[in-house]
Amino acid sequence: MRNFWIVVAVVGAATVALKSAGPVFLGGRELPALALRVVELLAPALLAALVAVQIFGGDRELVLDARVPGLLAAALALLARAPIVVVVLVAAAATALARALG
Amino acid sequence: MRAALPIAPMSLVFGVSFGVLAEAEGLGVLAPIVMSATTFAGSAQFAAISVLETAGGIFAAISAAVLLNARYAPISLTVAPSLGGALPRRLLESQAIVDESWAVAQVGSGRVDRRLLIGAGLTLYACWVGGTTAGVLGGGLLGDPETYGLDAAFPALFLALLIQQLGSRRALAAALAGAGLALVLVPFSSPGVPIIAATAACLVGLWRR
Repeated sequence: MRNFWIVVAVVGAATVALKSAGPVFLGGRELPALALRVVELLAPALLAALVAVQIFGGDRELVLDARVPGLLAAALALLARAPIVVVVLVAAAATALARALG
Repeated sequence: MRAALPIAPMSLVFGVSFGVLAEAEGLGVLAPIVMSATTFAGSAQFAAISVLETAGGIFAAISAAVLLNARYAPISLTVAPSLGGALPRRLLESQAIVDESWAVAQVGSGRVDRRLLIGAGLTLYACWVGGTTAGVLGGGLLGDPETYGLDAAFPALFLALLIQQLGSRRALAAALAGAGLALVLVPFSSPGVPIIAATAACLVGLWRR
């Protein structure tokens, strides 16, 4: 499919450019103090958004489905101070179980 | 390598499912593998083929994927201080950035560890491209990855890494604002937009401590 090759080429080039934007233009330089205060909050803001959208996001709607028990199981595992591997496995197992039962 | 251990198997299965899906769409064997090798960003690749699947044009497919990957611009800013050296080297090393490698490489105060980033990035890259290859060649032997609850695995990882980030009140505020902004926007915008908009939450950093 010729059209798909166009998608592959354009998306690939755009992604390479987006990922390299910071390192290419800033190099190994430090960010100014004010920018650093903003940038250090990018991780919590983005991680929280990814969790929220990947659990509750549907096709232009918010949904409650088998992913929610997975998130709850992950939260419980984190409270029990389980290692990350266990947290991830517990979440997948809870969602798989909820889906199998539902 | 060790940092990527919890997520490498997930990435492999995810890669297989991308390969299976792309092959089933009639997109050929080589093109999906080339896409995984050059784009190396799961959600954008899935978005592109799902737009094509629903008879969207190539422009719609490209914009959906690029919009989803726009978050890598601000992410790459946070990585910039950790990647030094000549331009080609910075360009190459920055390609190790994906959500998961960036998240596991966090060492506090918004900094990432270069070796963790590259180690995790390479591991995930091998799993992703290898999985895609297995998927387009092996077909649907594995079945639907959602049966294994795979769609809850990545958010669980992000939740675990998020909790390590919540050391200050401002970090907590940024996390709540980011999640809230994203959720509010989901019903009203195309995929990718909520996540990019959520990056605006880090502007709470401009408030006085």
